[in-house]
Order: sequence, then C-alpha cells, then structure tokens
Amino acid sequence: MAGATAAPSAPAAPRFEPDRMRRKLAGTLFYGACLAAIAILILALIALLLNVLVSGVPWLSMDFLTGVSSRRPENAGIWPALIGSIQLAIIVAAITFPLGIGAAVYLAEYAPDNRITRLMQTNIGNLAGVPSIIYGIFGLAIFVRLLGLGPVLFSGAATLSLVILPLVIIASIEALKAVPQAQREGAYALGASRWQMVKGSVLPAAAPGIMTGIILAMARAIGEAAPLVVVGAATLVLTTPQPFEGGFTVLPIQIFNWAQRPQEAFQGLAAATIIVVLILIFLLNLLALVVRARLSRHIQW
Amino acid sequence: MSEQTAGRIDLTRRRPWSERIIESLLFVAAALGVVTTIGIVVILAVQTLAFFQQVDPIAFLTGTVWSASIQPYQFGVLALVSGTLLVAAIAMLIGVPLGLLSAILLAEYASDRVRNTIKPVLETIAGIPTIVLGFFAINFLTPDVLKPIFGSAIGPFSALAGGIVVGILITPLIASISEDAMRAVPRGLREGAFAMGATRLEVIREVVLPAAISGIMASIILALSRAIGETMAVVLAVGTFPQFSFNPLESVQTMTAFIVQIVQGETSQGSIQFLSLFAVAMVLFVMTFALNLLSAWFVRRYRMTY
Repeated sequence: MAGATAAPSAPAAPRFEPDRMRRKLAGTLFYGACLAAIAILILALIALLLNVLVSGVPWLSMDFLTGVSSRRPENAGIWPALIGSIQLAIIVAAITFPLGIGAAVYLAEYAPDNRITRLMQTNIGNLAGVPSIIYGIFGLAIFVRLLGLGPVLFSGAATLSLVILPLVIIASIEALKAVPQAQREGAYALGASRWQMVKGSVLPAAAPGIMTGIILAMARAIGEAAPLVVVGAATLVLTTPQPFEGGFTVLPIQIFNWAQRPQEAFQGLAAATIIVVLILIFLLNLLALVVRARLSRHIQW
Repeated sequence: MSEQTAGRIDLTRRRPWSERIIESLLFVAAALGVVTTIGIVVILAVQTLAFFQQVDPIAFLTGTVWSASIQPYQFGVLALVSGTLLVAAIAMLIGVPLGLLSAILLAEYASDRVRNTIKPVLETIAGIPTIVLGFFAINFLTPDVLKPIFGSAIGPFSALAGGIVVGILITPLIASISEDAMRAVPRGLREGAFAMGATRLEVIREVVLPAAISGIMASIILALSRAIGETMAVVLAVGTFPQFSFNPLESVQTMTAFIVQIVQGETSQGSIQFLSLFAVAMVLFVMTFALNLLSAWFVRRYRMTY
C-alpha cells in the first residue's frame, strides 16, 4: 500500500536537480549539441558541393554539353541525357498538371465525407511513402509491357508522374483548404455553379500554392533515377531521344553509369553531370519562387 | 426590357450535364491513386506466386544465403533484408539525432536569423537527388574520410558509407515533421513550466518532447521507411555483395540494390532471377507499407491530442 502511494511521485523526485549552476550548465551543453548537429549538416553539405565542384568543373565545357557519351572520357558529352531530362520534365508536368489538380479539386471541393473518400485520402498518403523503385516495377509491367509502349521516354515519364502525383495532390489539397470559405460563398452568391465557383474563384486563389507544388515536384522528378532504371532507360544513347521511339537516357542515369566506373576521368564526368542537374534543380526552385510571387500579387485576405 | 428576362434563372432546373461530366472527370483523377495501389499489389502478387512455384516460400523467407547469379541458386531473402536493415539502422543512428536536434533548435531556440540559415540548409539537402549522395559516398566519404579512420578494414563499398549518406538524406524529413509537431504544442504548456522555474532544457525534456512524441515517432518511422526503400544512394555506396552480416565495414546488398542489379543485367524476363525480383519487391513493399500505416496511426493520435 505504501508502495502504491509513493509510486506516482517517485519518478519525479530524482529528476529535479537542486543545483542551479548544474541545471544551467546542462542547458548550455544541450544547446551546444543542437548547434553541433546543424554544424555537421552544414559541413556535410559544403563537403558535398566542394567535392562535386572540384571533381566536375574541369570537365565542364560546351563540347561536354553538346557531345554524346563516349568510351574516351575526353570526348564524352551529355546532350542525349540533357534533352532526355528536359523532355521528361515537360511530359511529367503535362501529365501531373491536370491529374494532380483534378484529384485535389475532387477531394477538397467535391467529395462527400464518406468511406470511399477517406479511403482515397489515406491511399494517397500511403502512395507518397511507396519507394520509387516499386513504381518502376509498376511502370515496367503496365506502360512498357501491357500497353506495349516499350522502354521509351514516355514510359519513363508516365512512371515518374505516378511517383510525384501524390506529392502534387497533397500540396494542392493544402493550397485549396487554405482558401477562405467566404471566397466560395461569394461565388455562390453571384449565382455560380460549383464548377464555376471552383474555376473562377477557388483555383485562382489557390494557384500560387498549387503551382509551387507542381514545380517542386518537377525538380524532384528531374533527379529521380531508380524507377527509370527499372523501366529500361538505356545505358548508351547516342541520339537525341524521341518521346515514343528509341532508347532514352536522362542525366541521373548518366551520372549512375559514369559513377559506377572507378577511373578518375569517369568520376569527373559524373561530377560534371551532377553540376548540370543541380543547376537545373536550382533554376526550377527559382521558377517556383517567381511564379508564386507573380500569382499571389492580387490575393489578399 | 428583354435583358431582364434573359438574366432570369430557372431555379427548378436540374444540375446541367456539363457539371456532372466535370465531377465525373475529377472523380476519375482522384480514383487513379486507388487504381495504382491495386495495380502494384496485383502485379507483385501474381509474379511472386509464379516465383513460389519454383522456390519454396519458407526457404525464401527464412534462408540466409542469396545467390541469384551463381549456381547452385539460392534465394534466402534474409541476406538482402539484413543488408537493408543494417544500412537503415546506421542511417537512423545518424539521422535521428541530427534531425531531432535540428528540429528542437528550430522550434525552441532559433531566432529568426538562425532559422533563416538552418531552413535553407535542410531544404537544400532535401532537394539533392539521392544519386548525388551515392556519388558523394564513393568519391569522397569512403576514400577521404572512412579510409583514413578504418584503414584496410573498410573496402570501397560498405554498409557504413551507405548508411551515413542515407542518414544525411533522411535528416530533413525527421527535422521538418518533428518541428511541426513541437510547434503544435500550445505555448501555455511551456509558459506554465517556465513559471515554475524550469530551465529551457527542462521545458523541452519534460513538456515539449512528451507532448510532441506522437509526431516525432511518426517522423522517425517515416524516415525508416524511406531509408529501407532508398535506392540510388545505396546502389552506389554499399555494393552488390549479398551476405547475412551485420559488420558495417563490409559490402552488403540491399533489396533495392538487388532489383537494380537484375534489371541492369541481361536477365531474360521469364527466368527465375527475374521472377525473384518481384518477390524481393513484394517484401520491400510490405515492409514500407506497414511502416507508413504505423506512421499514419501516430499522426492521427497526435492530431487528437489538442
């Protein structure tokens, strides 16, 4: 009985440290640990960027950008991969734009609150956590084989679209939910139908968030390689890829091929390709900022 | 005069067909996700069953030797699962402290100036393609950092190098979700503890962390799922040597790396090796899916708290 009454207070007692100096010291040490964690991350990031720049910059040149892959490192270039990546990003955007916004509008503006809706919402959250390589297997089975497209750029783009769709949908739903209810009621009060309300009132207000989500998802797609390896991106492509015929390659695949070779020259080529990818991703992030600023000019609440 | 009649709306009219078509189209877009999930499960299940026609499922799930390309063929998936878990465990040892300390710094300590330095660092790391981290592992981390420390004990490919870069890449995920969870803790709870004379560390330890624990757990589980499914960083860093070993200095093979190895090689599509890819993918899918569900359960719990 005595044990039972003492038990609740027992855990609290030893945690109190009466010495004020020691308590303050513990706090300072912990703050130091937090700063050290950030310092480690910053150092790792700097080391990574420096390593890539030092290995890659000597290999960057116009010929590198416009050349094709070669067994001789000094002749090698990334043109097919660069064009492949740009085409891929455009096709992915063209697929995710209507499907992502459509799904988000349905779930945020139309869907009744029932089991099917909740299933669809939970499912999108789960899909966002499925490893991208699994999507590659899905793409291989559906686009390459079942639909008979073969291992072409479009199969890769369709597969990558499935990878990033959950991210686009989640970001778009958040943007739609942030639009004040009065915006909808205002449209209804003017006699708008539901679709007119969505098209004319809610979507423009949510556009900054939605567009940012789509552009950032494109940045993610440009760096993805795993699903494309499974879908069948080729290791050696010497011509500019076409969406529906011939082999294709993209920048991350090119990095993968060169990075697998131990010779320093190929490591340098991989680093140079990484610089190009990082620049493309940086430009897309910049674009997201600009688009966001332009689209939100007229929105204020 | 006639303008007034033209503007009048017939309120008895039913919803126009165009509205219903649009709603159906939107529904189809939303349902695509469910179709994808079903498609993934069906494809993996059908091919895994075909694989089990040739390989005993018990031997597959309990075997510790994986030899898909050298006879006698053996398909003991534990060799790949152990490699995957070893890399993931090292990644968690690195990512959890780094992520949580960053989150605490952001949520509890940071002035605007510090925030504006830390947030871009985390966002930049989150935006780096994972293949770049794999390159970093083999081109810098292993030769220039790990080799000088471990000498000849560590090879060009190791679970340690892979684990470290995966740890770096899951840190922003842990940091951002945990920070959100800590920010959701009401100010009043902190102020109550301060009023009783607690130091900032005591407030964090006794009030903020216990209150945010569900969200923090969710972030850690999601990061584990991410680490298990990570592919390109791991393929380059840990090598292609499947073995049931927990020595971080040795080369191993993860489930994802095996899948890449098979699709890259010239394996014919009906072969047992190609079918084994689907069985491995099924194990990977089930593991990550279970972790995602668990993480979602923790998130729901923390939403209910306040």
